[in-house]
Amino acid sequence: MSDQAIVKKLKAKFSSEILDVVEFRGETTVTVKKEQIVDICTLMRDDLGFNLLCDLCGVDYMGRSPRFMVVYNLYNITTKKRIRIKAPVEEKNASIDTVSTVWGTANWHERECWDLMGIKFNNHPDLRRILMPADWEGHPLRKDYPVQGPDREPYQGRLS
Amino acid sequence: MGVGQPVEAKTLGSGFVTTSLDKLVNWSRASSMWPLTFGLACCAIEMMATGAARFDLDRMGILFRASPRQADVIIIAGTVTKKMVPVIKTVYEQMPEPKYVIAMGACASSGGIFDTYSTVQGVDEFLPVDVYIPGCPPRPEGLLYGLMKLQDKIRAERNTFGAAIGVGDVIQNKA
Amino acid sequence: MAANTETMTINMGPQHPSTHGVLQLILELDGEIVVKATPHIGFLHRGIEKLSEHRTYHQTIPLTDRLDYLAPMSNNLGYVLAVEKLLGITDEIPERVQRIRVIMAELTRLKSHLVWLACHALDIGAMTVFLYCFRERECVTDIYEKVSGARMTSNYFRVGGLADDLPNGLEGDIRAFAESIPEHVEEYEGLLTGNKIWQKRTIGVGEISAEAAIDIGITGPALRASGVDWDLRRDNPYSGYEDYDFEVPVREGCDTFDRYKVRLDEMRQSARIILQALDKLKPGPTLADCPKIVLPPKQEVVSNIESLIHHFKIVTEGFKTEPGEIYQGIEAPKGELGFYLVADGSAYPFRMKIRPPSFVNLQGLPQMVEGKLLADVIAVIGTLDIVLGEIDR
Repeated sequence: MSDQAIVKKLKAKFSSEILDVVEFRGETTVTVKKEQIVDICTLMRDDLGFNLLCDLCGVDYMGRSPRFMVVYNLYNITTKKRIRIKAPVEEKNASIDTVSTVWGTANWHERECWDLMGIKFNNHPDLRRILMPADWEGHPLRKDYPVQGPDREPYQGRLS
Repeated sequence: MGVGQPVEAKTLGSGFVTTSLDKLVNWSRASSMWPLTFGLACCAIEMMATGAARFDLDRMGILFRASPRQADVIIIAGTVTKKMVPVIKTVYEQMPEPKYVIAMGACASSGGIFDTYSTVQGVDEFLPVDVYIPGCPPRPEGLLYGLMKLQDKIRAERNTFGAAIGVGDVIQNKA
Repeated sequence: MAANTETMTINMGPQHPSTHGVLQLILELDGEIVVKATPHIGFLHRGIEKLSEHRTYHQTIPLTDRLDYLAPMSNNLGYVLAVEKLLGITDEIPERVQRIRVIMAELTRLKSHLVWLACHALDIGAMTVFLYCFRERECVTDIYEKVSGARMTSNYFRVGGLADDLPNGLEGDIRAFAESIPEHVEEYEGLLTGNKIWQKRTIGVGEISAEAAIDIGITGPALRASGVDWDLRRDNPYSGYEDYDFEVPVREGCDTFDRYKVRLDEMRQSARIILQALDKLKPGPTLADCPKIVLPPKQEVVSNIESLIHHFKIVTEGFKTEPGEIYQGIEAPKGELGFYLVADGSAYPFRMKIRPPSFVNLQGLPQMVEGKLLADVIAVIGTLDIVLGEIDR
């Protein structure tokens, strides 16, 4: 099945949910609304055979609205095809439904996304920080978080 | 230190040693430094390579111990993160005196290339480091040289016997 | 009289000789049976993804060395392929570069599998294998040192090519090493495969079915030992892997023993690929002809004003990319290593997400050990072949 056919199938079922379809360097990216993400992902897995969630992450487009984008990189082990689903998440209510019920692997990916990007995943079984200490403040991968951390002067380069 | 060696035909009787107690203590400490098996990151792999057949740490009396309670030296081999600090402190406190710290590699010495929110900029922020080894990661020869530098430092210490029996403190001399 | 059914919680790591780094496990035990295992990670989180947003595309390459530090060149390869895809110069990479990249990537696979076998066997109690494996690993580190100057953190690949050509005479060294691999693998098999203790510690230990493995996202040798015939080198070839004749070892046992066998077979196949690549290696350029992206050769920089300007601009500003996003996955020794790059048109990656195979594979650990003996936890940690550098990034 070609990428166009996959997008067509997706559009047939969720025409009002799809915001954008982009092709870049032979890769197809489908941007969808976040409300029905679980249903869309279930369709991707069950009807279109994308049984492996390769990666899930958040991207911070600071200054844009909605600010965040949650990205799902999917793979179909049978047809060896890749596709990417994206869902925008606004800053005020930075949350999206969990897909850990669809792919078990999403569990840790979503914990990492919460930890580093501060996007909440509704109905997640165990949404704790994963990489940073439990008492850490802030979400380091956000664009407004300084690289050296908030408590240190940024490195100014060599003085000599 | 002079060790009486039996010579052919003539003997020294039961044999004798003339040395100072400090030197005896230093000699035994420097020849059996037991580091803790404590790998943090990339440098730990070079530490393992140093322990393996080609570089062979055992010939220097250096045997890795898995428990901090049996170790004399802790080699901080890798990046120290803020999450790791309490763990390293606990492990260090469990080691019996006298104990030595080697900061192996750029990360442990200064944070290395990881000048970020999560990384401690050098383990010396919370541990007394005896030897710094540069490199990312240091070559096994580098680690060996660092360990020999630590031996030199141990050999130059004074009042080690006194400190061991509770009389005064160890005096550090320049190696 | 009611039996006492209280469970006991014990802590394992981050300072533990067989957690392969700074992994912490909280184990709930009922006698010797593991009731619940909770991995805690993040003790080596160095902020590589954040740091890469403040480095140019070239400056990010050294950071990738330190992800999976047992297989630095695989990380380099995944990253440079991702950037090349982003730039749209994948087809312009010279043939010699692709061949050398394959040779180095397969040597890296051998290097990584050797450390895996050394530590895995040491954890289960076979000390000799450790010394044997490190003996062979030293050969690979020597080759690394000759091409890049470093034993581990190689930083050898560049966007659009290589840092330098192979030094004179190295092809012979690599060939001799690759030819000796089958013999060495036989040696390890002789020590382990028929060994009763090894069999008792590995057969039927840490079983995971194919469906469960895919659901949890396990990739690489661990997935192939559960009967899933999938290898990115063959199925989504990159860097010219379609030119080589090799088999993808697959086994159905789903247990620690079969994962061991799959990895050993992979080592034999890697040696085959290296030899084929050496046969096909022809003289040629080691950098793509893209003056805006690739640093010009040093000789031209000192003799040609245009090259000097390009050199200056690339070093001081970096190269700019088109806005867009791509995902590039490669078959790293531990599974699928993916780089998801988002570019905003500047010289810096806007967002770089690394998909580390160990991070995902480790997620399968609770499933593999719960209800099993405590001693099996050690075997399972070994068989998952985790590296904390890439788990925590």
